[in-house]
Order: sequence, then structure tokens, then C-alpha cells
Amino acid sequence: MDSYAYRHRHLLGIEGLTPEDISCVLDLADGYVDMNRQAEKKKSLLRGRTLINCFFENSTRTRTSFEVAGKRLGADVINMAVAVSSMRKGETLIDTAMTLNAMHPDVLVVRHPESGAVQLLSEKVDCAVINAGDGSHEHPTQALLDALTIRRRKGKLGGLTVAICGDVLHSRVARSNIWLLNAMGARVRVVAPRTLLPAAVEHLGVEVFHDMAEGLADVDIVMMLRLQSERMHGSFVPSTREYFHFFGLDEDKLKFARSDALIMHPGPMNRGVEIGSTVADDIDRSLIRQQVEMGVAVRMACLELMGRSLGNNGPPIK
Amino acid sequence: MSGLRRLYRGARLIDPDSGRDMVGDVIVVDDRIAAIGANISAEDLGPDVEVIDVTGMCLAPGLVDMRVQLREPGAEHIESIESGSRAAAAGGVTTIVALPNTEPPVDDVSVVEFVARRAREVRLAKVHTYAAATKGMHGKELTEIGLLAANGAVGFTDGVKAIADALVMRRVLAYARTFDQLVIQHPEEPSLGSAGEVTEGEIATRLGLAGITPAAEVMMVERDLRLVAITGARYHVAHVSTEAAIDAIREAKASGLPVTCDTAPPYFALNETAIGDYRTFAKVSPPLRSESDRQAVVAGLADGTIDAIASDHAPWDQDSKRLPFSSASCGIVGLETLLPLSLELVHNRRMSLIDVLQRLTVAPARILGLNVGRLAAGAPADFVVFDPQAKYRIDTDRLRSKSKNAPFDGRPVEGRVELTVVDGRTIFERVAA
Repeated sequence: MDSYAYRHRHLLGIEGLTPEDISCVLDLADGYVDMNRQAEKKKSLLRGRTLINCFFENSTRTRTSFEVAGKRLGADVINMAVAVSSMRKGETLIDTAMTLNAMHPDVLVVRHPESGAVQLLSEKVDCAVINAGDGSHEHPTQALLDALTIRRRKGKLGGLTVAICGDVLHSRVARSNIWLLNAMGARVRVVAPRTLLPAAVEHLGVEVFHDMAEGLADVDIVMMLRLQSERMHGSFVPSTREYFHFFGLDEDKLKFARSDALIMHPGPMNRGVEIGSTVADDIDRSLIRQQVEMGVAVRMACLELMGRSLGNNGPPIK
Repeated sequence: MSGLRRLYRGARLIDPDSGRDMVGDVIVVDDRIAAIGANISAEDLGPDVEVIDVTGMCLAPGLVDMRVQLREPGAEHIESIESGSRAAAAGGVTTIVALPNTEPPVDDVSVVEFVARRAREVRLAKVHTYAAATKGMHGKELTEIGLLAANGAVGFTDGVKAIADALVMRRVLAYARTFDQLVIQHPEEPSLGSAGEVTEGEIATRLGLAGITPAAEVMMVERDLRLVAITGARYHVAHVSTEAAIDAIREAKASGLPVTCDTAPPYFALNETAIGDYRTFAKVSPPLRSESDRQAVVAGLADGTIDAIASDHAPWDQDSKRLPFSSASCGIVGLETLLPLSLELVHNRRMSLIDVLQRLTVAPARILGLNVGRLAAGAPADFVVFDPQAKYRIDTDRLRSKSKNAPFDGRPVEGRVELTVVDGRTIFERVAA
């Protein structure tokens, strides 16, 4: 068991992970991809373990993906939609953490609308914590599943040029991907109107573009980001029409990329806002459905690694 | 090119872009200047050349007026694209840029196209338009700056309203920078601006009118300059009128910020005493200033801190002006008085003729990115011929503009437009009275 490179108790973000950590997750996930395609998808690696999906923000796909991953590894999976329970009753995050902790979970999968909230919670519990997205900070399993998707299709990550396009300002997916792709030796670009780029983003190791023709020139991967509807009516961009015209991915803009460039999107897509249906549904070039499949495998790999670091006695109560 | 050939002979040619100031001739073929210089022989041009003798006149690039309100669509009884264009032609103005504060406002591609279509039909001065920076000019949500620019809008502004919210202004600047577009601000901190109708001070106090502190201008300019430093957007301050704001802009330019500004004749030809006994024709926004601010405007124009002079043409009908002072609308018509009032700077020996013309032609054209405002072979044949010696009194009844709201009636001036040419077409020729 000690042969695994990944030796962290939690998975809170990609920043700080080594290329060995990342490769360890991806290698392990590769095996789960094969297993998930068989009739028998179940392992008992986490039998007796309790996984709580603790989502302070609405989610369907990520929560389901973790639930499937946990169940396939034999864990008992409980879904808590905290957004509609304790938060409404005024309970603080730390009180919620203490309450959950008292139930002896082994892994907490947490999503929270505020950056840093998952880390705060991880400091208060005895179990392993996986960040399923905190504010605009990180969404590490998304970046890992994106990396697995790219690696399986292109055979590598190093040396590729990846353009991350759209609402980088609010995107935890963008930040996690920037860290991961840089760690693995890819070249990363961001392409967005200036209103959707955070200050000093170039210091994170990306090249900055404000024009799709320039930003997509010769890239291997075009990674589109979701633009949330409340941001597309004047506050950050004037209209969906204008956004799609200048920054939405369609066949014309895709022509600027390499002829074998692949398209990714973390979902859920806004068709006709950041991506057109023709490219989103192009079976030769769109990896969007593969991303969902890889998501389960990557989360199984992460859960396995969390489980191994827990030891055999379960977490102690302090 | 088979078409029209004209030789304008014997004028003093003044082209601020090249620095040319000499007696010579201009040859126009179709819509372009074909040649310019001394002693061009008409015989070289073949038989069908029309020779126009303009000896003793000045021939300069047509004026480029970067701040005009046209009231169409929405209030065509006050001014229309046609009447405004006629006023421009009579004033030697060959390019005008309209503010978006029409009804509906120019905040949608369809309205930009409407203005362009009407301008094509009218076919007098070249009419461009700004588009609103925020939807409905409400100061909240960005307009489609990319699409509006692609369809011809030459800059973005909320017209006579300042963009009050700093976060919105920051996003307007950042978003406009994405498309390399110019943002134009009406420089008045709105909560202070709404507190009165004239500049705060002794005159306001004597008249019992609510005052606006002149600091309202520099406050808005300085805030915006910080945002320009953050965003790097091209920023233009309209009608600057106070020493403090001019100083702030001078400093910002020295530090390399992409900032420009204009002023308008009321701010260097008048001061707040023009209000007299509640003359609503002298009510403008920003309000007329103290004499020391007026002098600072002149100094700012002379040293180049103020890049351009615009007419700030703001037509209003009688119903909007024949009201108690505080109820009256703000604005002065200016297209037809732009040149003679600007020439006062020359007659008063504050600026050279070529420098004044620079502020009226190539300087605004450069800010707007328009290929006009120059006398050069190959350039569009847009120019004005004026008699620099002609002395007369401004007669507001004779203005071509539908509205006559100007406080300059009876003012003696020197310098009169004789001929205005756009794309080789004569759009105005003075008929001797």
C-alpha cells in the first residue's frame, strides 16, 4: 500500500500536488475505467466505510458521480443537501462539521459556495475530506478527470497546448486545471473578455488572450467554461448573443485550433452561449461525454487513496 | 476615374496634420484630394476641370465635431439628422459624432444602423454615432460593445450622464478594452451634480440658485483615471471645464495613461456671468464656470492638455428653455458657431490658427480613429473654406439648426465659413446676404 505516491489525508486542491501525486491518481483511475465498463462494477475496498456527500451548493452531476464511485467501492454513501437544511436553520459551518464528525464518517465529499470553506471544514473533522468545489477556488476532481480524459486520448499531457476559454474569473475548474496542466508540463492559455479574467492571472502560469482567433491558434485542447446566466445580462458580458459571437465556440472559431484539437466542457453546457451544438456534439472532437465517464473512475481512484490513508481502525474521535 | 475634377485655387492651405500652412491649390477628383501644393497647373489636368477661385480664403480640413446631440430618433421637432447635418455644413463641420441620448437610445445595433441609414439618405456631413455604454444609459448593465462597434459605433458613453457606479465603470472600461474601444465620460460626480444647476459660488448665491461644486468634475475624472490605470482602456473626458480636472488630466497624460479630453466653446468663450438675470440659454451641463476656470481651459487648449474642441451642440426648443431657470433644459446649439468662437482664441492671441484648427480637425479624428481631418493627396476631400477676415455678428435667428438656443446672439465675431465640401461634394456655399 505504501507504494502509492499519493500520501495526503485530504484532497483539497490541485495546487501543491506533485506530478507524481497526479500521475498516481490517473494511473489508478485508468484501471477503474476498464472496471466500470464491465458488468461487475463492484469492489469491496471501502466496505464498512461511510462516505457523506455534503453539498452546500446544488449539484447533480458531481454528487451523483461521487455517489456512484463510492457505491462501486462498497462504501455506504449518504447524500446531504445541506443547502436546504442546516444552513437555513442558521447553523454555522463549523457546527455542521462537528455534527457530521460525530457520526464517524470516513470520507466527506464537500461542495461549498465560498472559497476556502472546504479547507476550514477539513480542519475540524477527523476523516478524509475531498473538495468537490469551493467557491471560485478549486475543483480538483474535475481537473483530474479532465487530465485523464486528455491523457487517454492524446497519450500524454506534457507538451500539449490547452486553451481555457470563458468565465475564468469565477471558475474553480479553470484554477484547478491551470495548476494541474502546468504541473504536468502542458502550456496553458486563457481566453476571455477582460471582465471575466481575474487580476494577475498571468502569474498563475498562463498566457492571456482576449480574442478567440489568437487564443485558439494551434491549440490541442479547447476547454470551454460555463457562463452562469446571472453573469450574461450586462454585469460581466452584455448579452448571450454578443458572448457567443465573440467568445462562444463554434465551427468557425474551432478552425483556428489544430485540425485535431479536441473540445472539452465541464458541464452543464449552455448551448448557444459558450458553445454551439454542432461542436459540442461532434463525436470525433468533443470529449464532453467521456469527461463524465472519466469522472466516476477518477473519483473512485481518489476514494481508494483516501481510504488507504485512513488505516484499518477508522478515524479516532478527538 | 473619369469623374469630377475641381481645382480650388489660391487659398491659404492649412493642414495641422502635416504642419502645412502655405498659399496653394487643391485638386479634387471625385471624392478624394488628388493633389495639393503650390502652383498646380490646371492645364495638366485636361480640359474638364472646374476652377474655383478661393484666393484670400483659408482652406482647412473639414471640422470634426466629436460631441453633437441630434435628437433623432425621438425628438425630431427639436433637431433631426437632416437639420443637424445642415447646421454642420453651414458651420464647416464635415464629420459629426452623435451622442446616444435619443429615444430610443443608441444602445442596440438596430439604432446604430438607423442613424447610419438616415445619414446616407441625408448625405450632407458624415454622421457617426457613439453607442450607450450601459443599457438604456441606466448605468447598470453593459451594452453589446463588441457588436455595436462592429456595426459602426465609434465610442461608448452614457451621453449627458456620468457612469456613476465605480464597479460598472470599471467593467465598462475593461470590456471596452477587450475590443479596443473608446469610453467617453461626462465628468460630473452625479450626486453632487444633481444638487444644483449652476456652479457654486457668489453668482449662484446672489441669484438664489442651487450650486454644484466645481470639484464634482475633478472627483469623477480622478476616480476614472484610477480605473483607467487598472484597466488600460482608452478614456476620453468630454467638455472639461475646470482647472482641477485639466491639471489631473495633464498629470495622467504625463504618466502615460491613455486619456484624452475635449472642451467646448462655452467653456472658453463664456464664464458664469453670462447667466446674467437667469438667462436659460446660458444654462449648460457642466455649468459655466468662474473666470479662473475659463482661463485654465484656454491654457489647457494652448498647451495641448485639451486635445480637441467639440461644439457640444445641444438643441432645445423654446418650450424647453422658456422656463424658470431651474426647470430649463441644459444645452447650447453650437455647430454653426464652433469655428468663429474657436477663432477668438487666435484673435485674442492665445493660440495660433493652425493649432486651433488642429484641435478642431485631426486631433478629434485621431481620438476617434476616423480617417478624416487631413489635407493630403489620397485623403477624402472633406474641407472647409473660410474667410478669416470677415467680421459680423452672430444672428441666432439665421441658424440652420431647428433650435436657436444659444447665448451668443449679437456677439461680434471674425471668420466666416464660405464653402464646405464632403467627399468632393459641396454641401454648403454661402449666399451673400
